[in-house]
Amino acid sequence: MSETSGQPDGRDPLGRDTIPKFFAYNAQHRRDRPAMREKDLGIWQTWTWGEVDGRVRDLAGGLAALGLRRGDKVAIIGDNRPELYWTMAAAQALGGIPVPVYQDSVAEEIQYVIEHAEARFAVVENQEQVDKLLSIRDRLPMLETIAYGDPRGLRHYDQPFLRNLADVFKAGTAHNQANPGFVDAEIAKGNGSDLAIICYTSGTTGRPKGVMLSHDNVVRSANLAVSFDKLNETDQVLAYLPMAWVGDNFLSYVEGAVTGFCMNCPESADTVLTDLREVGPTYFFAPPRIWENLLTTVMIRMEDASGIKRRMFHYFIALARRAGRNILEGKPVAFTDRMLYALGEILVYGPLKNVLGLSRLRLAYTAGEAIGPDIFDFFRALGINLKQLYGQTECTVYLCMHTDTDVIPDTVGPPAPGVELKIDEKTGEVLFRSPGVFVGYYKNDTATAETKTPDGWVHTGDAGVFTDNGHLRIIDRAKDVGRLTDGALFAPKYVENKLKFFPHIKEAVAFGDGRDHVAAFINIDLAAVGSWAERNGIAYTSYADLAGRPEVYALLRGCIEQVNRDLSSDSSMTASQIKRFLVLHKELDADDGELTRTRKVRRSTIAERYGTLIEALYSGQPSIAVEAKITFEDGRTGTFKANLKIDEATTYSTMRKAG
Amino acid sequence: MSSVTEKKIGDVLLKVENISLSFGGVKALTDISFEIREHEVLAIIGPNGAGKSSMLNCINGFYHPQQGTITYRGEKRKQMRPHQAAKQGIARTFQNIALFKGMSTLDNIMTGRLLKMKAGLFSSAFYKGPAEREQIEHREFCERIIDFLEIQAIRKVPVGRLPYGLQKRVELARALAAEPTLLLLDEPMAGMNLEEKQDMCRFILDVNDEFGTTICLIEHDMGVVMDISDRVVVLDYGRKIGDGVPAEVKNNQAVIDAYLGVQH
Repeated sequence: MSETSGQPDGRDPLGRDTIPKFFAYNAQHRRDRPAMREKDLGIWQTWTWGEVDGRVRDLAGGLAALGLRRGDKVAIIGDNRPELYWTMAAAQALGGIPVPVYQDSVAEEIQYVIEHAEARFAVVENQEQVDKLLSIRDRLPMLETIAYGDPRGLRHYDQPFLRNLADVFKAGTAHNQANPGFVDAEIAKGNGSDLAIICYTSGTTGRPKGVMLSHDNVVRSANLAVSFDKLNETDQVLAYLPMAWVGDNFLSYVEGAVTGFCMNCPESADTVLTDLREVGPTYFFAPPRIWENLLTTVMIRMEDASGIKRRMFHYFIALARRAGRNILEGKPVAFTDRMLYALGEILVYGPLKNVLGLSRLRLAYTAGEAIGPDIFDFFRALGINLKQLYGQTECTVYLCMHTDTDVIPDTVGPPAPGVELKIDEKTGEVLFRSPGVFVGYYKNDTATAETKTPDGWVHTGDAGVFTDNGHLRIIDRAKDVGRLTDGALFAPKYVENKLKFFPHIKEAVAFGDGRDHVAAFINIDLAAVGSWAERNGIAYTSYADLAGRPEVYALLRGCIEQVNRDLSSDSSMTASQIKRFLVLHKELDADDGELTRTRKVRRSTIAERYGTLIEALYSGQPSIAVEAKITFEDGRTGTFKANLKIDEATTYSTMRKAG
Repeated sequence: MSSVTEKKIGDVLLKVENISLSFGGVKALTDISFEIREHEVLAIIGPNGAGKSSMLNCINGFYHPQQGTITYRGEKRKQMRPHQAAKQGIARTFQNIALFKGMSTLDNIMTGRLLKMKAGLFSSAFYKGPAEREQIEHREFCERIIDFLEIQAIRKVPVGRLPYGLQKRVELARALAAEPTLLLLDEPMAGMNLEEKQDMCRFILDVNDEFGTTICLIEHDMGVVMDISDRVVVLDYGRKIGDGVPAEVKNNQAVIDAYLGVQH
């Protein structure tokens, strides 16, 4: 679409500088095109841009009637539901600021965000969230109204500040009839420098920080990204990642408003893969673990397929790995391979993509964590245009993106249009400048000043290097890069990622800073190891039991030794080979504070909680007794006792220079 | 929740009077009387072999007590078969799951609609027209239950492949599909882990609250029983030894003896 092609700085050629102005534009020019879908009672329901506009205006009227004023914050908590996206749009139309909160946060985490953001309103999905809010309500005096979308189970709640969203809609219709032109006037009052959203970053250390993004930030970044990837109104996305994460907000909601494409909300969190298949998105974002899951599912299912199918699958996948990427990138390929690939498309690749829901996929991204080169290549070999993206909340999602024809698995691509990057020579930290640079951290000027330099550069906190062809490669968090006692560089994440590329390993934590060798905690992947155990006739009773089986230790030792071999071939990393390891008796969990909500390892918490285990790794003892405190989903706690084995892995010497 | 308003418990829905049931020389139930009132959650508890399941089977019309009467909605019941009881609005789940293992979750729930289906063999075979309309209505009803019990993700999965906790939930869904007035649950939480139990408790309370369904359940987990039931009936060796609100029953000496054992 020409109107979205934009200008080099991402400013809108039609002068639309806020999200509500795009909604209004879509309601006029794309009145009958689908804007949102949600699966309800097993059937996909569609709202056109015209209908969405009507709902958003009603809701805006309703919120205004409840007293929402310009600058007020609205906390939004729940799964991806159209009415929550409408709430976001309605708040923005009135000059309010949506503050989405992770829906699986426990009450105390929600309390912190609402308190810090001083939200007067909370719009939530259902009883689960209402109950959480009621449990902390007496500590949140500024919270005036809680509105809920799904009334189930809430009939007997008679608190005066609780409201059914359906009633808010009704009140809004009445309000807008009494005040014609009100919503339009409010939309017209908005301008690009107003805040569009405050996203609380999960933060690997300390309290979450509220990243303030302006309408200019999101609109300009979206315009640039949309023209970079040539997105248009016929695209389809699946909005399934947490609404509180800036990525979902940007990729589904903002880009949807800017291009007029349709976002599809899954039926429930458990049905995402089925919904993916039914929707068949053309533009899809998924963190590495989803791609990994897809691949694992395919591989496990193929093990159970008939002999002919299995042979056919393996033959054509091998062919695809050889020729697929070159065909996708338009590079020269031998004629016979090209013919065979076409046959494979009919027999294997096409049907496989169809089963996964990726048939219509034109553009796919992965980001957040490093993706295994094997996994990455697998999807590209199938002809899926999977690319890496690198960014963070503070830059409005992206800094680097692969172009369609220049993709390298272990880089995140060259700087994206409009983005300037540089690497700090002393610390190796990546710094950026772009139209997406955030306004600041809400009520935290110290942190803002630490992150933003006076001349407009922003610290990412990530250590990276530029490769010869101008791509950026991220190695670790800048602060996590440490040194072994012999002075060798140790980037824990680099080692952990290599471990996590094995399907049997779900999570790994490597230690080595200030030590004489590297040691690691391993978390098994219950699905993969469970299926492996089943195939090998190994009986087990529970997660902890399986994790402690000697056979599982042997399996993992094999994985670690392969990583060691791999590390030994790289002279700068050979010292990072893992000497000793143990398999944890429980999964690292965000509820226990061991991972962030986006599943990043919290090193300080782990060092504190598992201090004795870490010491045991370095003391040379063969096993260690643990007594762990665990938090159940309902917030209760219990203790768990076990004896963990500590195993050793072979390390390999390199032909590095003596000394 | 502190400010939740009290629900209204109505009139007597089902009255059991002086029921005795024996199999040959074995007396399963001896002279048992109690009432189930509208909208309440009634728990029947007791040690193993106390006659709890037999009691449900009598209410359900599967066993025919030799003595005593069952009055349902003010009408004295004659000997009846389970499907007649089902027609009157009594649905149940089983202690050992009794689903069609090879059929999908959705199809299993649809079987719960069987008694509500009117289309005959002929019109069903042609499908178009009334049979199709009926099918759509029933499917919609089942989808509401699927939504209610949050089992969307397993809609098309054969139940034999589901874990135990989910199978129990599917069984509850099938019972709900019959739009029961009285729902009998035979150990709905047996063999579940803590999280599954909590989910199930929430569903039972939601069913009771949202649909106004009267619920009579057998359960061994005392924590659960004390939490969710309005009234508790205690059986021991086929006799009723307690009947009242949870707090009363908890302090009843006969009940304590039955559970903890007593020196004779």
